Parts: sequence; structure tokens; C-alpha cells
Amino acid sequence: MADDLFNSFMNGPDEKGRFGDFGGRFVSETLMPLILELQAEYEKAKTDPTFWAEMDDLWTHYVGRPSPLYYAERLTEHLGGAKIYLKRDELNHTGAHKINNVLGQIILARRMGKTRIIAETGAGQHGVATATVCAKFGLQCIVYMGAHDVERQAPNVFRMKLLGAEVVPVTSGRGTLKDAMNDALRDWVTNVRDTFYCIGTVAGPHPYPAMVRDFQAIIGKEAKEQILKAEGRLPDTIIAAIGGGSNAMGLFYPFLDDKDVRIIGVEAGGKGVDQKMEHCASLTGGRPGVLHGNRTYLLQDDDGQILEGYSISAGLDYPGIGPEHSWLHDVGRAEYVAITDAEALEAFQLLCQTEGIIPALEPSHALAHVIKIAPDLPRDHLVVMNLCGRGDKDIFTVAKALGTDMSGLSG
Amino acid sequence: MTRIDAKFAALKDQGKKAFVSYIMAGDPDYDTSLAIMQGLPAAGVDVIELGLPFTDPMADGPTIQLAGQRALAAGQTLQKTLDMAAAFRKTDDTTPIVLMGYYNPIYNRGVDKFLTDASAAGIDGLIVVDLPPEEDDELCIPAQKAGLNFIRLATPTTDDKRLPKVLTNTSGFVYYVSITGITGAAAAEAGDVAPEVARIKAKTDLPVIVGFGIRTPETSEAIARVADGAVVGSAIVDLIGKGKSVPEVLDFVRGLADGAHRA
Repeated sequence: MADDLFNSFMNGPDEKGRFGDFGGRFVSETLMPLILELQAEYEKAKTDPTFWAEMDDLWTHYVGRPSPLYYAERLTEHLGGAKIYLKRDELNHTGAHKINNVLGQIILARRMGKTRIIAETGAGQHGVATATVCAKFGLQCIVYMGAHDVERQAPNVFRMKLLGAEVVPVTSGRGTLKDAMNDALRDWVTNVRDTFYCIGTVAGPHPYPAMVRDFQAIIGKEAKEQILKAEGRLPDTIIAAIGGGSNAMGLFYPFLDDKDVRIIGVEAGGKGVDQKMEHCASLTGGRPGVLHGNRTYLLQDDDGQILEGYSISAGLDYPGIGPEHSWLHDVGRAEYVAITDAEALEAFQLLCQTEGIIPALEPSHALAHVIKIAPDLPRDHLVVMNLCGRGDKDIFTVAKALGTDMSGLSG
Repeated sequence: MTRIDAKFAALKDQGKKAFVSYIMAGDPDYDTSLAIMQGLPAAGVDVIELGLPFTDPMADGPTIQLAGQRALAAGQTLQKTLDMAAAFRKTDDTTPIVLMGYYNPIYNRGVDKFLTDASAAGIDGLIVVDLPPEEDDELCIPAQKAGLNFIRLATPTTDDKRLPKVLTNTSGFVYYVSITGITGAAAAEAGDVAPEVARIKAKTDLPVIVGFGIRTPETSEAIARVADGAVVGSAIVDLIGKGKSVPEVLDFVRGLADGAHRA
């Protein structure tokens, strides 16, 4: 048993918030006391049965958990190889996995007596989830969103406003997700007394990467139970898409010590990883650096300046990645690959046609990798892929990419 | 003893408060920035904070962020920033230079190589905003070993329990951030600052300098009166951003310095 514990991949982070050399607490002094306070509160909540009872109740009755594990029979037949299961987190309230984590952080904020919630968002899914839970609890909600994303994700902006949130378009820097995160941190440093920063992914200063992972781990815990029930054994391969990496960490974490389970993370390859600046594959095309409170793989130039990522998927459009993924990459427990815009678009359409499910562009990247490997795998090879979001939000982007004029489709 | 220690010892002997000014290296371009830097001591600046441009300055307001963007667009790099310090040192061997910025460009170069190069360029101290005491092993301890001061920020959220931790590996001086917020934001009130400075001075012999929110000679004087000195950054950088000439910028700096020196 002692040996098992020693070799476990599930013991991180250490007391300094490190996963190996990654993670940490690289924040200004003003924020440091707030982060220590959050860490103390989270440590308390983590072992408090009343905290998890409240989470379970909301997960069941508000989010609609457990999400199904669905055998994609026609997709499996079409590919003619591995047996493919989809973890249906796109069926959650608000249409993505983001709400799993938001509920945890908002309950924590309420326990800490915070009344003002701030969040950053890229595609708007985390912003919508945060606005939703804030509306439910009557909390003030401010969402920072890159001005460029505000423009291209208009439906989500309207959703957030309907839910009572204030959406602040971020024009500083280049007006993208990383700039939205900078501005959220600036808000937090200014409004330290009453404000809780609800981060949407497994990145940021300790304890965020571990805390968000723990809230998202419900995905992997359920998937494990469900596949054991359906097949009587663990899957051979699990796959998820990665921007910051929260849905992937949520699926991966409960399987880290199941050494026979192959783990694959799929980054956004944009227009191709060899073309500088036109992808978001931090592990495939970046190197370690320090940004937004943690050390992790980053897209950066020779001088250590951060580069803008590019992906057709706004939710993967971030130049960094959660530090635990960087560590899993370096120790070799998980593999990381990149999928291009074009491959993701094809996968998007294939799932629509074979299963009657419109996936978000983010999990379409994971699906594209499944499509690549499944045909060469034996029929008894079990694949579990996290379908972490639904694609309604993406239909305009997809139409544009496919050259379809939406205005001509009526009637 | 670094140039910083020597400068504060000299000011103490003269019974004078310190005036510290910040400019972004390479803003709006290398030559103009170096010309401004070279004029700062004669305008009354006791310590120069030289900003190292970074794409994601999360503790700074729009003024400093835009200055960084201008500098980067004009081709500024960490190496050119060190070159600027070295060029300044050719004509001034006494005015302390504190390099101020974020960790990633330094980490990217490699800490040991950076410290060797920074010392050779005549840098005396470092302020690295995203390295709190919890990360002292990264750069703070190696920097002190290399003979550079590591100057720490103390803030209104640094309570009495935490203060000793912040002061432990600090050297040169303590930079008290007068507000919770970003650079260039709300104005500092001398009345609020005085008890905070006293609180810090009760725990350290280092000089305590106050910055954030100081924009006028009057505030510079009022703040310097209740501390060991005042720092001005955004107000100066604003003028540079507006395209003012080098003499105009230096005239403005002289006014602020005179304010602090009246205190």
C-alpha cells in the first residue's frame, strides 16, 4: 500500500502548489493573502460532508448529473474499429462541463461571505455558467470577455445579460481570453474585500488548478462507474480536448493510477502547429514559462513575450495550459496531440450525421483524434471520449467555415 | 553595499527624502527612452526604476500596459533593456537602477545567466511583481547571492501576521503600494499611508518608499513627508505616451522630485 501511494499520480499538488516543477503561486503581493485565504477555505470545505452534500444536491437537481455514458453505435460502425463511448457532459444545464466547477466555487464564495463574483470567459461558456449560478444565488456577477470574442459570440453575451450579469468587453492588450484574464486579475487586485474570482479552468495560482480539477473530477468518477457497469472493465483509452484543460483533467484524474488506461489530451492545432502563431497547442508547440499565476507550457517568443493563440474554437484559444497537464506530459503519464481546424470541422459534421448530436467545436477536436485512431484499433478496444459541450453556440462559426450563407437557409 | 544602499545612506545624512521615478525601457523607442533616462538624475531623481516590457502586465493599469506595448512594438527586448542600463552606466556610476517587471522574460533567459548579465549591465536591484515570498527560491535568493537587491512590495492586504514573511528576504528598500489596485489608478491619501508606513518601519530598518497613485508635486511632497520617499510612474509615462519631448518630460519629473525633496 505504501508503495502504491508513493507511485501515485494523484497526490499532487504539493504544499507549494506544484505538480513537479509546474504550478505555484506567481501573483502580486496584494493577491497573495487572498489566495492563502481561499486555499484555507477550500481545504476546510474539501473534507466537509455538508459542502459535498450541497454540491451533490445541485449536481443532481440543477445540473442534471450524472450525465449519461453513451455508446455511439453508428459512429463505431462507421469507423470500423474501437468501441466508442461518449461522456455526455454537453447535456448539463447550460450545455457544457463548465457548470460543474462554477457550482463548487460559488458555494465556496458564499461560505466565505463574498458577494461579488468576477469571471473571465473566451467562448462564453464559463461566463454563461457563472452568470447562471450567480442568478440562482442572487449574487452580483461581472464577466470579462475579450472585445473580439464579444463580437463573435454574440448569443452567449446576450445570455449572460439575460441572466443579470454585467459583461465587460476587454480592449486592453489584444482583446482576447488571456487579456480578459489579465483584466479579471486587475479587478480582483482592486476589489479585494468583497470579490471572489471564479476561474474557469485548471490554471491560475494554487489552489485553483487543484480545486477546479477536484470539482470537474465528477466527470471521470461517473465515467468509471458507468463503463464498469456497461462493460465490466475499465476503458483502454480515454480522450478529451484541451484549452486550459478542465474537462480533460476532470475525465483523466480518476483514471491516473489505472496504469493500463491510455490517456490522450487533444490540443487545438489551428492552421497547423508548424505555422507560428496560428495554433493553441501549448504542449506541442510551446515551452515552460510563467503566466497568470502558474508555471506551465506557454506559447511565447524568444524573448519570453506571450504569443496569441489561434483556433477556430474560441474555447481553446488560450496560449497556456493547466500545470497538471504540463506535468503529466513531462512524466509521460498522458499523451498530447494536436488537431487542426479542418480536422475538427470534419469530426463536427460526422457526429451530427452518425449520431444526431451537434458537438461543440472544442470536443470536436477530441473526436477528430478518435476518428484518426479508432479504425486501427481492435473491436474490443474501449474508448471513452468526453463530449464536454454542445455545438449550438458554434453553428454560425461552422457555417462560415463551410462557406454556407445562413441567411439563405430559411424556408 | 549596493548603489541603492549607498544612495539611501547619503540621503539620510543630508536629511532628505528620496524621489524614485519609473519609466518603461524602450518607450516610445530605445533612443528617446535612453535620453530620458540619462536626464533623470539631473532632474532630481534619486533612484531609477526601469520597466522591463511584458505582454501581460497583470498588476499594471492601462498606462503602463500601453507603454510596454509601444516598447515591444519598437523592438525592445530584455537584452536591449540591459543594454540601456549599460549605456546609462557609461556616464553615471552612482544613480541606482532597479529593474521592474514580470518573471517570464527573466525565467525564459535563465535565472543564472540573467543575474550575471544584469550585474554586468549595472543593475542594482530587482522588483518582480509576480514573485511573492512564497516563490523566493526562484529568483530572490539567487539575486541576493549575486549581489543584487531584491525589493519587495508590501500592500494594504499585507497584514501584521504576513509582514515578517514579506520583509525577511527584502533588501535595498521596501516599496509600499498605497492602494489595493493597479498602477495609475486611485490617488493615495497621505493620511491613510502614514500609519501603514509606521507599521512597516516598526518591523524593519530598511527605507520605506511609497508608490501608486502619486501624480502631482503636491502629493509627492505629502507622501514623502510620511515615508522615506515617493515613487511616480504612470504620470510620467502618460506624458511620454502623449509624445512630449524629452525636456518637457524631464521638467515634469523635476517638479515631482522637488516636491519630494521639500518634504
